[in-house]
Amino acid sequence: MTRTTDLAIEASGLVKTFGGNPAVAGVDLTVQSGGVYGFLGPNGAGKTTTIRLLATLLQPDSGTARVFGYDIVEEADAIRSRISLTGQFASVDEDLTGAENLAMLARLLGHSRGMAKERAADLLDAFGLAHAGGRLVKTYSGGMRRRLDIAASIVVTPDLLFLDEPTTGLDPRSRNQVWDIVRVLVAEGTTVLLTTQYLDEADQLADRIAVIDQGRVIAEGSPGQLKASVGAGTLHLRVLDAARRTDARRLLAEILGTTVHADSDDAALSARIDDPALAAAGLSALSRAGIDVTTYALGQPSLDEVFLALTGHHAEINDYQETPA
Amino acid sequence: MTTSLVPQPPAGHVLRDALATRPRPPRPTPLAASLTFAWRALLKIKHVPEQLADAIFIPILFTVMFTYLFGGALAGSTGEYLQTLLPGTLVLSVLLITVYAGVNLNTDIAKGVFDRFRSLPLWRPALIVGGLLSDVVRNLLAALLVLALGLAMGFRPEGGLGGVLLGIGLVLVFAFGLSWIWATLGLVLRSPNAVTMISFLVQFPLTFASNVFVDPATMPGWLAAFVEANPISHLVTAVRGVMGGTAALGDVAWVLVIAVALVVVFGPLTMRLYSRKT
Repeated sequence: MTRTTDLAIEASGLVKTFGGNPAVAGVDLTVQSGGVYGFLGPNGAGKTTTIRLLATLLQPDSGTARVFGYDIVEEADAIRSRISLTGQFASVDEDLTGAENLAMLARLLGHSRGMAKERAADLLDAFGLAHAGGRLVKTYSGGMRRRLDIAASIVVTPDLLFLDEPTTGLDPRSRNQVWDIVRVLVAEGTTVLLTTQYLDEADQLADRIAVIDQGRVIAEGSPGQLKASVGAGTLHLRVLDAARRTDARRLLAEILGTTVHADSDDAALSARIDDPALAAAGLSALSRAGIDVTTYALGQPSLDEVFLALTGHHAEINDYQETPA
Repeated sequence: MTTSLVPQPPAGHVLRDALATRPRPPRPTPLAASLTFAWRALLKIKHVPEQLADAIFIPILFTVMFTYLFGGALAGSTGEYLQTLLPGTLVLSVLLITVYAGVNLNTDIAKGVFDRFRSLPLWRPALIVGGLLSDVVRNLLAALLVLALGLAMGFRPEGGLGGVLLGIGLVLVFAFGLSWIWATLGLVLRSPNAVTMISFLVQFPLTFASNVFVDPATMPGWLAAFVEANPISHLVTAVRGVMGGTAALGDVAWVLVIAVALVVVFGPLTMRLYSRKT
């Protein structure tokens, strides 16, 4: 029944075009079972379309993909028995109550009437929604809706869960709750493929990350590998007297042997460095030159910097809508 | 369990319990899946009863208005007119609200929940079949309402209870067939409003250029010919026949043939469009 493969997903050359615009322009992907795989990219990069292809909601124009060894076109039904999808826009029924939503899905998945009710109650409890189970979903807050949405995806625990931008539009508290849920899911053995345009989200959750831009995977690796590919880290500092920033910049460039960026804050400087020891040398040189530094930090590069290094542009959010409604 | 009003974050162990691997139940039969979707549609009516307004007011409006407005002029008395009119308004009321089959489907597809349904290992047509099953309940409600109103106003069907039930049955069967046209349009058109508009443009001439209100013998030849050929006229004649105890088998057979033909043509077309919907 179950094919033996350690790969949750293997895709090669996936292409999907909408009205002449390639939304997915040749995606190659290998995702091992277990853990969180992050799909990072700006709006319109092709994340949602790729997920919809893998979740058998769309058929590719060309290319192939297998989910747990099953072909997404020929064996879509076998895949549907092993996956769950939480879409970018809440995929629950707003005109029903939370309990009814979960019971309906339990029924559609084959549970008896009694079992469906029981399962709905258990899940509402587990997701902190027991008090709201009898209310229509349209009265839910964004965070509650998201939790219900994820609960709906695990009425029957899937082997692979697609989460399309699970925290977009959530407040920090709700976002942390979603992250906790994802961690428990993974600990219980579900593979999670999650898309995000939040760089720290991929950093926090994902074991591996694919950076996607303009329909292609442009980089793949662990968060650490991706960061390492753009150098050891970045030095950020602010000088006390903004008038002396130019002097500081020249001095640092000499010692670090790299370009020092003048940030938009008129007292701030930043530079990518390969050797952390150089940072200390740079700071003491500034001190000797009588330039006071108010704050400094040496950090791993953020994923935003990774994105900039890989694509030449920031991971900015634009208004372009990724999928046609 | 706490009664706090603030949403509590899920506790790890409760969540783990809820996730504890249990055997996946066997997938539901096509009928069970369809009935679940029908149940969903009825729950929506329960939560938003306003959506039944059409099903309630259209029948009342047509029956009361046309009886008292035209009865005296067309049949000499409102009481006599009601005997011919009522089966007609019953047909009219039910057919006009069949458009919900398309409107609801169109609304569903635009929503995120549609993606979830399509990602489930389900018998594909279940969503549409379930919707049409719940429409039968709505249509039946409208039919019973017209009938109750008619009886209160003096409608006395010669065909007795059996004839009345058979008449309602014919209307529901025809409405089921017609619903597939709206389901097809619901998949093709962009918005629920567009579905309503097209249905109005099709249904308005078809229902009025029929024998619902007046005897086609009074019409000019070309119009009478159209009215005679109009499937709605056949339906009205058949319903009048069984309710009035003068059942014409030919008309009843016609209704069934048309209903089956509609399902045969628009059923597969709907399914084809549905499975391609992205």
